[in-house]
Parts: sequence; C-alpha cells; structure tokens
Amino acid sequence: MRGFWRALKRNRLALIGGVVVVILVGIAVLAPRLAAWDPNRPDVNRILEPPSRAHLFGTDALGRDVLSRMLYGSRVSLAVGFVSVGIAVLLGTVLGAAAGYHGGLVDAAIMRGVDLMLVFPRFFLLLAVLAFLTPSIWTIMAVIGLTGWMGVARLVRAEFLALKEREFVIWSQSIGAGGLRIVWRHILPNAMAPVLVAMTLGIPAAILTESGLSFLGLGVRPPHATWGNILNEGRDAIEIAWWLSVYPGLAILVTVLSYNLLGEGIRDALDPRLRQGAGRIATRG
Amino acid sequence: MLGYALRRLLLALPLLVGITFISFVVIHLAPGEPTEMQDGGDLSTRSDKQMRERLREEYGLDKPLPVQYWNWLTRLSRLDFGKSFGPDARPVLEKIGQRLPVTLLLNVVEMLIIIVLAVPIGVLSATRQYSTFDKVTTVFVFVGFATPDFWLALLLMMLFGVQLGWLPISGLRSLNWEYLPFLRQQWDFLSHLILPIGVATFGGLAGFSRYMRQSMLEVVRQDYVQTARAKGLAEGVVIGKHALRNALLPIVTILGLSLPGLVGGSVIIESIFAIPGMGQLMVQAVFERDYPVIMGNLVVVSTLTLLANLVADVTYGLVDPRIRVGRRRGR
Repeated sequence: MRGFWRALKRNRLALIGGVVVVILVGIAVLAPRLAAWDPNRPDVNRILEPPSRAHLFGTDALGRDVLSRMLYGSRVSLAVGFVSVGIAVLLGTVLGAAAGYHGGLVDAAIMRGVDLMLVFPRFFLLLAVLAFLTPSIWTIMAVIGLTGWMGVARLVRAEFLALKEREFVIWSQSIGAGGLRIVWRHILPNAMAPVLVAMTLGIPAAILTESGLSFLGLGVRPPHATWGNILNEGRDAIEIAWWLSVYPGLAILVTVLSYNLLGEGIRDALDPRLRQGAGRIATRG
Repeated sequence: MLGYALRRLLLALPLLVGITFISFVVIHLAPGEPTEMQDGGDLSTRSDKQMRERLREEYGLDKPLPVQYWNWLTRLSRLDFGKSFGPDARPVLEKIGQRLPVTLLLNVVEMLIIIVLAVPIGVLSATRQYSTFDKVTTVFVFVGFATPDFWLALLLMMLFGVQLGWLPISGLRSLNWEYLPFLRQQWDFLSHLILPIGVATFGGLAGFSRYMRQSMLEVVRQDYVQTARAKGLAEGVVIGKHALRNALLPIVTILGLSLPGLVGGSVIIESIFAIPGMGQLMVQAVFERDYPVIMGNLVVVSTLTLLANLVADVTYGLVDPRIRVGRRRGR
C-alpha cells in the first residue's frame, strides 16, 4: 500500500487530477453557499446578459445566473457519476465473481449475457429504456448503471479465474471454508485493484453520458440545472449567447479530464501490468 | 477457415435471439403500457379511448406476454416491423430503410478517416516514445477523451457557422439545392458533412491512436523485430513491414468492438446537426413514444453491430491463423 501512494505521488498529472477532483467534490457539497444567486429564480430584466461582474458567466434565456446553475449542476453530475458507477460496479462484481468462481454453465450464461449487452449501441439502449420511464435523476442513475456493468464483470471474472487457482484459495477450500466465505474474504479483496480503476474511469464516462442525455432533453429535466441541459439551452441561443455553451462544456471537460488522469494514475500505481489499457474500452461510449 | 467462420456464426445466432428478447423486455416490463404512454406526459399528442383500443388490438397488447413475443418474432422473421405510431403511420422498416444509408455513410467515412490518421499517429508516437510528438499526442488523447462531442459540435458551429459563416450547420442539403449547378450541389452536400464528421472523428481518433501506440509498443519489443534489425534491415522496413503488420492485428478487433460506440455517438451528432439518420429517428421516436419505431431501431442497430463484430472476428481469423486454432478449445 505504501508503494502505491509513493507511485501515485510521483505521477504529477494524476496528482493534479486528484486535487481537481477533490475541489469539484467540495464545490458540489458547498454549492448552496458558493452560489451568489438562486439558480432557479428567473429575472425578466436580465435575460441573456453576457458575463459581467454581477453574473460572472452571464445569464440564460430566463435571466437566471449561469454560474449558480452550474454550481448546482455539479451536484447532479457528481451524484449521477458516483451512484450509477456504484450500481454498475456492484452488479458487475457480483456477476463477474459468480462467473469466474463457478465456471461451467454459470460462467457461460453470464458471459453470453455480457456479449449480448455489448451488442447494443449504448445510447440507443439508453434512449429506448428512457422512452418508457418518467425521467428523473433516479431513473438516469439506474439506467446508466444497469447498462454499464459489463466491463467490470469481465475484469472481475478474469481476476477470479486467476485467483481461484492460487494456493491460499485452495488451502482455504481444503480446510472446508464455504464458497461465499472464500469469495468474500479471500478472493474479492485481492481482485479489487482493477475494479477500483474501472470505478475511477467509469465516473467520468457516466458524467459524459448523463450530460449527453440531458443535452438531448432526455436526461434530468429542467428546471433542475445540469451541465447538459444548460448546454441544451445554449444550442437554442447559439447565435446570440456563447457563454451558455462555452462554460458548461468546459466544466464537463475539466471534470472528465481530472477523473481520467487520476484513474490512469491509480492504475499505473497499483500495477504497472494493468497499463495495457484494461478498463478503457469498457468505460467509453 | 470455413469451420472457424461457421463456428462464429453459430455463436452469433443465440445473440440475435437475445437482441429481440432484450428489445421486447425493455419495452414491456416498463411500468404502464405503450398505449397509456401515448397520452401521458407533455410530449405526445392525446389519443382518445377509441384510438387506444385500436392500438391495443392492432399490437395484441391484451394477450399474454409470451404470446405477444412469439407473434412479434414471427412478424420480425418476415421483416415486418409494424407501423409507426406517428401521424404518417408508415411501415417502420420503410422509415428505417430511408435513414440507415445516411448513418452508414457517416460511420464508414468516420471510420476511414480515423484509421488513416490514427495508424500513422500511433506508429510515430510509439517509435518515438517520450518525444515531443509523443507527448503532444498524449495530451491530445486525454483532451479528446474528455471532450463531450456535443460541446465540440456547438463550439464549431459557433465558429464556422455563426461567426465565420463558412459552413452550414444543419441538415444535409441547402434549401435551394435543387437549383444549384451540379458541381455546386456536390460541394453543398460535402460542406454539410464536414462539421458532423469532423466532430465524430475527433473523439474516436483519440482512442484509436492510443490503441495503435499501445499495440505498436508491444510489437516493437518482440523477438522477431529484434531479429529483423539484427539481420541488418533498414529501420523503415523493420517498422513498416515487420512490426506494423502485427501491430495492426488487434486493431481489427478493436474496430469491431468500438462500432457500437460510434453508432451510438451518431445519436447526438445527428440530432445536433439535424441529419436525417437513424440516431435522429431514434430521438424523435423517443419523444413521440413511437414504440414500434423504437423497437425496430433497437433491433436493426444491434443486429448490424452483431454482424460487424462477426465480420471483424472472421477477418481476424483470416489474417491471424493463431486465432483459428487457439480458440477451438473453449474461451
């Protein structure tokens, strides 16, 4: 573990990413204190005002303060990122563990399920599901989580396949430890490294997906501010209000970039062997 | 080889059934019925009770789910995707058929541009690891991964469309297209494609040049590359002939695997640039709760992805004999 921190500290980019992530979490938690304006209060006298000292990032078509809306929007991004990745990791770990530990028919069934889910272009599947649900932040989280577990399942399965042949596992089996106990106490803790990496890289991917959905108008609904739906308003005002498009997108870019830098740093620090890009394909798109 | 191809095909068949099953489940296990959805919410038109009954009858929504699924499957096997709930009530297949070529065109062109650019970028940054070029591309890769494509699209629309007025920002053709001379027509069409394809290529390029670099780095360390050098071949031949060919192998698979991502990306690109493709059709169908179109879209898009994966798999087996033999003993 000490080696891990040392390796992580040496990676300057990862460190910067980590610091920005901490700052972003701080901003999300403190949003009500930081926001100078009520994010949902319209003001007919201040419609689409360019950035000024009173409104640093300008105002939107209803005269609401863009910066305040973005501060509150960071809460949505963060919550969606963490919760949906939590769901995906939980599901992926359970299924991957079952497949890897049991092998045989269970493994075959689960992995064909993974193959099947991966055949669907994710955005099409997301839209199809969302069409039949009432859009809210909770359905968005659930849907992003439920369509994003396959990469984790593959990673965990691979770890389990390797670990279950190791001496310490066979030893516990020989003294009669139950399957669940072996999985929970002995294998899982040793399989968590790639999961941690997949999680760190999964959060920005979920944030991108959520903002994409909100941008299309199928994500978190207005008047709830999210970076995606501010951008959606930006599209409508593209010829007159650049500030509506530029700032929220920049916020997404910085957030996703920081998480990615941190995630890659953690990966390199945990295990240089993982550098081959295990989590990448699973997290994008 | 034929045996290998057949095995891959047989493995794909259950997935095809799975696709129809998931598509069916997605729609039917959702709370409420599609016919109720028709008048719920602020997005769709109200339909009266009679209309609802008619739909219920037409789509057999009152029958048990397995029966519905079976009926739907048999109709699918005859390529009957039902009729759209929209006011035009056109057959779903016709609607999709009209949109599919546009999306395919965009994705194929994107893919070609990505390959043409990513391979040299990846090779150069791998053969000059830690050089300035390598560092610049690494930065580009990270920024490319983190840039939301819809944001990039908005920025480019503002710059080239609104500020400079150089490029059109919506649709595939100008309103006066019919009255333009032939060459101007071609340019008009092309100029409509530049921004959407540019945006879609940007994100994909980052990923592919990264993979190419990774793959190249691995191959360069192999013994046969050392051997080639040792027998005195020019570095250009070593890299271009011996290393590159092998480094390209995994890229074939990655191309196949990343296809769903690219196609999925066209949902956003098409709706921003108002391009009449599958993605835009899907978004419209979702807003109108046009459920035959949604289901048809889902089935068609995922089946195409499955086919593309199959082609990638078989191609891989064709260019790399190790795969054909190695995979025979279970995975």
